[in-house]
Amino acid sequence: MTTVVLLTVTGLGLAALYFLVASGLSLIFGLMGVLNFAHGAFLTIGAYGTWWAAGNLPGAGSTGWGFVLAVVFGVAVGTLVAALIELSLIRPLYERHIEQVLVTVGLSLALVALVRAIWGADPRPFPRPEWAQRTTSVLGANVPNDRFLLIATAIVVLVAVLAFLRFTRVGLIIRAGVENRSMVTALGIDVRKAFTLVFAIGGAFAALAGALGGIYLGSISPGQGTSLLIFAFIVVVIGGMSSITGTAAAAVLVGLVQQFANYYAASGVGDLSVVLLLAVVLLARPSGLTARMA
Amino acid sequence: MNRMGVRRLAPLIVLVVLALLPYSTLQVPGLFDGVLNSPGTLQLLALCLVFGGVALSFDLLFGFTGLLSFGHALYFAAGTYVANLALTELGWGLGAAIALTTVVGIALPLLIGSVALRVSGIAFSMVTLATAQVGSIIVLQDPGGLTGGEEGLAVDRNPIPDALIGVFNTVNKYWLALAYLVLVYVVVTWVTSSRAGRVWQAIRENERRVEVLGLRPYRFKLLVFVLAGLLATLGGIVHLLLLGGSTPRVTTADFTIGLLVMVVLGGAGSRWGAVLGGVLYTYLDSRLTDLAQSPAVQDLPAWLQIPLSEPLFLLGTLFVLVVLFVPGGIAGLVAQLRERRAGRRPSGDDGPAPGRVVEQLRDQVTAGTGVGAGARPHDGV
Repeated sequence: MTTVVLLTVTGLGLAALYFLVASGLSLIFGLMGVLNFAHGAFLTIGAYGTWWAAGNLPGAGSTGWGFVLAVVFGVAVGTLVAALIELSLIRPLYERHIEQVLVTVGLSLALVALVRAIWGADPRPFPRPEWAQRTTSVLGANVPNDRFLLIATAIVVLVAVLAFLRFTRVGLIIRAGVENRSMVTALGIDVRKAFTLVFAIGGAFAALAGALGGIYLGSISPGQGTSLLIFAFIVVVIGGMSSITGTAAAAVLVGLVQQFANYYAASGVGDLSVVLLLAVVLLARPSGLTARMA
Repeated sequence: MNRMGVRRLAPLIVLVVLALLPYSTLQVPGLFDGVLNSPGTLQLLALCLVFGGVALSFDLLFGFTGLLSFGHALYFAAGTYVANLALTELGWGLGAAIALTTVVGIALPLLIGSVALRVSGIAFSMVTLATAQVGSIIVLQDPGGLTGGEEGLAVDRNPIPDALIGVFNTVNKYWLALAYLVLVYVVVTWVTSSRAGRVWQAIRENERRVEVLGLRPYRFKLLVFVLAGLLATLGGIVHLLLLGGSTPRVTTADFTIGLLVMVVLGGAGSRWGAVLGGVLYTYLDSRLTDLAQSPAVQDLPAWLQIPLSEPLFLLGTLFVLVVLFVPGGIAGLVAQLRERRAGRRPSGDDGPAPGRVVEQLRDQVTAGTGVGAGARPHDGV
């Protein structure tokens, strides 16, 4: 029983991480039709930004508010980089989706290589707040606190995104843009501002996932973002490409399947079963769990 | 001889020059360290030729048929690992190992293609990416100590003919690599001008129209998927013989992305463009690594030295610049120049101009995904 509880919470923690990465991908794909391969690089930038700030930024550190400040710095850097990339590289290729995807492919190589050139390829220990290193007893199982942090953050992000899409004017434009972009443009609304915003938000979520992934895994390395990105891709496709709630459901499914299969079968089987899950879902429902936007 | 004749003969001339290259003791300062027929230079050139061939096999899928597979690495990796295991674990001869690998090279893409091709667009890319990831995970998990995990797997030299072993025989490996490239080039030239090749190009332009004509795109797509997979598998065998082992690096998604970069760099939908892209990428990747370790770079100030020390940073940046400013890659650039000189469009014996291919793919990739799945009108493009 305690094992099941531990696996469930850990699986949900992993799901939270996947959701954070995948929600940004899903928003960007839904609105712009761009499958953002540079998303993993944003994650790496967020992780290294947080790590750098904890060591060098005055006031920031690995405890309490200092750590919050470090994360805020990491997320800000990720957001800024994403916004700049959208403005300088994605926007000039407006309406040329394949080229936009190709640019992000090139960026994913270049940005990760740059991080590796500056800080080396070896993993760096991540400053984990003391609170996150302790455990809490849930139904007899000692669950590391960082799992709860991940789950809580993901829920806050999910609620915030849904509220943003539902209740704000920009959210309305984004929802309309996902459904029929040419009609929105015909109404005289500049979708491109929404593009920049969505790309920056996606970058922010990825950077946040980088910081939280650092806590979850205990260390960061330049290639981490790319390996997480592949699972995030799988989550996005299972969830139905552009649906936020679908992405959340798929993240939970993938996280739990992976944890349980890795524990009860053998390490590595979990990763394989996730791929199998993708094949089954796509064969049964080619457009994913949900075909409509949330 | 008129200009058309020269253009038709050009591949043959290039072939003769490449075949005779090992007899040259020419020193090319800057480009290569030793004379042209030194083992180090020949090894690098052979690698370039192999990846030129593999890039062309990927172009068959991406450039000619419009199938953006993110799992092409799987077939290349299957080639090197299956052949390696047959030689090392089973102790088979080279011929038998090649035969077995060829069977796998047909069966594996047939199996995966028949599943992945049931979906199209981005979903297809994702399924291929995911299946290739399975291969990568299996290799890295090292089941039963078979694949060597991250260490890679050295090949047992006993079953391999002496002519293909050792530094002295690098020249034979070079010719083997050249033979592989020629094989891929001839096969691709032949199939793209066949009836099936026309259908593939029609699928790239407009799949629904092919359906309306009473043809079943699924079968044609599966055919090209298997053929491209098989050609990549054969490339894996040559790579194994060239390196004397298998490395897990060729199983990763990064490797497929590398192939995509090669093809787009050279020009998607152009045979010689894809080959040139593969050769150039491999050459730059190797030479930029040398450059990074050279004293000239080590002495530079940090802000210059750091980016120059990572070949992938330079290649990624170059790629972004090509996508932004040179649509159609090198082949597109050449076509443009020729067009400008002649003052008219070149005679289109290669189908549409290479530069247009990527644009034509655009609608395909967004179709059939979660975004309204076909119900959405195309956004006024």
